[in-house]
Amino acid sequence: MNNDTLLNGTILPIIYMLAAMGFILAIKWMNSPATARRGVIVGEIGMLLAVVGTLLRFGGNYQWIFVAFFLGTAIGIPIAYYMPMTAVPQRTAFSHACGALASALIGTAEYYKQMQSGPRMTSVEMTALIVETLLGFLTFTASLMAFGKLQEVLPQRPITYKGQNFVNLGIFAAAAGIGLALIVAPEQTYLFPIFTVLALTFGVLLIVPIGGADMPTVIALLNSYAGLSASAMGFVLNNKLLIVAGALDGSSGFILAIIMCRAMNRSFSNVLFGAFGQLQTTAAKAGERPVRSASAEEAAQILDSARTVVVIPGYGMAVAQAQHKLKEMFEMLTKRGVNVEFAIHPVAGRMPGHMNVLLAEADVPYDKLREMDDINPEIAMADVALIIGANDVVNPGAETDPHSPIAGMPIIQAYKARTVMVIKRSMNPGFAGIDNELYYMPNTIMLFGDAKAFLSSIVKELTALVRA
Amino acid sequence: MGEYEFGLWVFMLAAFLGFQLIRGVSPLLHTPLMSLTNAISAIAVVGAIMITGAKGASTLSLILGFLAVFLATLNVVSGYLITDRMLKMFKKREPAKK
Repeated sequence: MNNDTLLNGTILPIIYMLAAMGFILAIKWMNSPATARRGVIVGEIGMLLAVVGTLLRFGGNYQWIFVAFFLGTAIGIPIAYYMPMTAVPQRTAFSHACGALASALIGTAEYYKQMQSGPRMTSVEMTALIVETLLGFLTFTASLMAFGKLQEVLPQRPITYKGQNFVNLGIFAAAAGIGLALIVAPEQTYLFPIFTVLALTFGVLLIVPIGGADMPTVIALLNSYAGLSASAMGFVLNNKLLIVAGALDGSSGFILAIIMCRAMNRSFSNVLFGAFGQLQTTAAKAGERPVRSASAEEAAQILDSARTVVVIPGYGMAVAQAQHKLKEMFEMLTKRGVNVEFAIHPVAGRMPGHMNVLLAEADVPYDKLREMDDINPEIAMADVALIIGANDVVNPGAETDPHSPIAGMPIIQAYKARTVMVIKRSMNPGFAGIDNELYYMPNTIMLFGDAKAFLSSIVKELTALVRA
Repeated sequence: MGEYEFGLWVFMLAAFLGFQLIRGVSPLLHTPLMSLTNAISAIAVVGAIMITGAKGASTLSLILGFLAVFLATLNVVSGYLITDRMLKMFKKREPAKK
């Protein structure tokens, strides 16, 4: 047995198997913050094994490979270390774009390589290749669009026009049809560029009608597509490691998307085609009704005399970068003997877990970050519910008004607290343009101002209270 | 059993394993989870190396492969590092006061 077959036949499959085990353990250890970092390490070892094994077996043209390694590392490290945590959703969308494009390019290269030596691909291989490139290209442009919306280079509101779903579906059907034609007769190379353009276009159009508030679901779904594309590549290249790793990523993104949809009581199709977040015209009459407002001084006194405070953060907290001030307030109140808990709605923010990461960055201990179902029964016993930059996720209309666009969405029941305080810039309706009854309730106090500025005034007042 | 049938079995089992594992992850860590699985799906780098390193690869293969290796490496490196950076921030108790 020569060296080559030994590596190919015995050693490489074992290396790949170890790599797959590393990935599985990595995800398994993510179930607790105590073991999660260990998970990252086994994941890295798995990746290293896979890369080294592949290089030994399939290496060649090393100058190309190593220059690409070098460039990827040289750009990847600064992104990882200098990116602010508030930009995590954008970074995630960007990396979905990179991963999906890589996968699509590999599929394209493989296709032309096969065509060069005359069509030899079986229809199964060709099907996998079409799935790989279709998902890869559409996820690439869709993720770039999501990136644009999250970075606010593109408008966050959904853009809709008449017949939009029809056009989108038509383009997808055209791409799928040409894909099918390529599966049947792969040698029609002129079809491949058309297929590529259609897939790319569909990716763009898919995200156009989706608003910022639906980004958590969409990002999770794109994560899933990128994974499935990698898995399909495994079928093309006959590589089980790719199939396994891609399937893990695909199922992970899919589960997260389901969790996000459930947390909004909406279906996939409603998220993808419902254009949620268009301004509701009926909300125009809002703002006429009286609300109670208070100053930072009064707010500080109420907070100081409370026994339990539940803080409900939303995307507004991230926009105002208020998490560090919030942490200061948390510390002061904790020192004064107030029990402060944070209630996190699954879709708060722009990606799954967004709020948790921001609060963890601000050094809030994670045992204070509570899930919606876990904390809801306790809110009735809380003295104060303090809402910072959240809107729809605390809107009681979801429970009481069957005609509300968010009817049936599980909410954090802030209205049950003895006093509800809402930090908000103005009475303008929130992202979805839905009026919020919570603001007009007799036990609600509105705190008008920028979240970060208002929290610093509260902290100042609390300091004064401590001194007095 | 054909190669593809075997592949489909592998896919099915891995997807179910994925479903079960992800269900166990607390929503607290959903963001780092997503960046970790993202880094894992950058295993596409294996395919990229196979394309780029193939003997007698055409110029088109080399260019596309080069780009794919670059993009996948970018995801591997930034994905793992950022996951770790996020996880480092999750602390249970108050850090000791200075």
